[in-house]
Amino acid sequence: MENSKDYKKRIKRHTPKSPIFKDCLLAFVFGGAISAIGEILASLYIYFGAEEQTSYTLVTVTLIFVSALLTGLGVFDNIARYAGAGTLVPVTGFANSVVSSAIDTKAEGLILGVGSKIFTVAGPVILYAILSGSILGVIYYFVTLFS
Amino acid sequence: MQKITYLEKPVYFESYSATGGFEEGRGPLGKNFDFIDNSDLFGMKTCEKAEAEMARINLNIALKKKNLSPSDLNVLVAGDLQNQCVASSGGLFTFGIPFLGLYGACSTCTEGLLVLSAMLSTSKTYTRGASVTSSHNSAAERQFRTPLEYGGQRAPSAQWTATASGAFILGKEKSHIKITAFMPGKAIDGYTKDQSNMGAAMALGAFDSINSFFKENNPDEFDLIMTGDLGHVGSNILEDMLREKITRYGTKLASLHNDCGLLLYDFDTQDVHSGASGCGCSASVLASFILPKIERGELRKILFLSTGALMSTSSVSQGDNILGIAPAIQIEYEE
Repeated sequence: MENSKDYKKRIKRHTPKSPIFKDCLLAFVFGGAISAIGEILASLYIYFGAEEQTSYTLVTVTLIFVSALLTGLGVFDNIARYAGAGTLVPVTGFANSVVSSAIDTKAEGLILGVGSKIFTVAGPVILYAILSGSILGVIYYFVTLFS
Repeated sequence: MQKITYLEKPVYFESYSATGGFEEGRGPLGKNFDFIDNSDLFGMKTCEKAEAEMARINLNIALKKKNLSPSDLNVLVAGDLQNQCVASSGGLFTFGIPFLGLYGACSTCTEGLLVLSAMLSTSKTYTRGASVTSSHNSAAERQFRTPLEYGGQRAPSAQWTATASGAFILGKEKSHIKITAFMPGKAIDGYTKDQSNMGAAMALGAFDSINSFFKENNPDEFDLIMTGDLGHVGSNILEDMLREKITRYGTKLASLHNDCGLLLYDFDTQDVHSGASGCGCSASVLASFILPKIERGELRKILFLSTGALMSTSSVSQGDNILGIAPAIQIEYEE
């Protein structure tokens, strides 16, 4: 047989690596396209009379809605297969993680299924976003005290 | 101590059947399957219930092929990948056959055939029994990985859990296919925690069993050594190790090796990365491809080892390595 160290080397030798360059390029293109669509939407909302600050909120809401819809239609995961981080990093990825969990657990009931499992994927993001936001807020508070 | 049991009176495959879903149907073996449901749902509302129904349909087909009724069977051994093996118990309890639930991860197909052969060959009261194994892609993804519609990328070493089932009826009535020997496998540390590289985690288990088996058997008598679901990565590791570590027969053993996970799908048109996996993979490939070949006399003697990755989502997140296991059965052509 083989010891742990040698076998780990063997695994490494035989395991194909993810095509990082291709993945990065696709993520850049898809992520950039989503951001560009966001900018166009923002301009449109401003054109139709929205305040600049409100238009960004409207863009976020629109992207979340479209991601949720595409997830429900079963299209989102097919795009994300190529886009990778391009769809994961923007708010689209967050919407997808929540909606896909909800769809998945629907059959287990509204309380114990959807209710308790809707944030299984998004949960860590929510927790640590709030935690790091709070810590930064405290630091910011003390910095402003002395300046 | 690990021992190989050679059966004085062989156990025969009296009937067998394979069912599968959409991807399996459009794969290279699809036309050999007895039943394909392109919706993957088999008339049910959830994928968990679909797997249970698929197992039920499959055993029904196997029974009908030989004009048998459930009361002709003394025992049923079955297993799947769902928690507590509910697909097997839930799908098959309506037959009313005494039931033994099995869990060997993806090695369950061989485990079931082994347990059943042992019961039939040593007992006078048991004359005929069935072994059913199934897995469902959606049920497994939901249980082990992420929600189905979640948008993520899979590693190149990841495998595709088959939506498939294999049902086998073994008995003492003569047929062209017989089990003549079996050997349980040992659980072997796979030295990895990577759930997207199960082939690597199981290759050592397969190597250990093949190595033990051929210490007292001559590979020249064999036409094929078939592993369950090592995929590209695991198969390459296994063949490499056979060539390097077994000086006398290694090259021969490596040349005899093939893997069910490499046969179920078409790598050019189906996005399955390293290959097929799941207990339904080896079970359905055995029933749709290998047994018909033996029945026609195209293969005379083979060693069949379904490979299992022993782990749970908790064991992996708590830092345990994945274990590999590969029980073995020897299947031969009977004139």
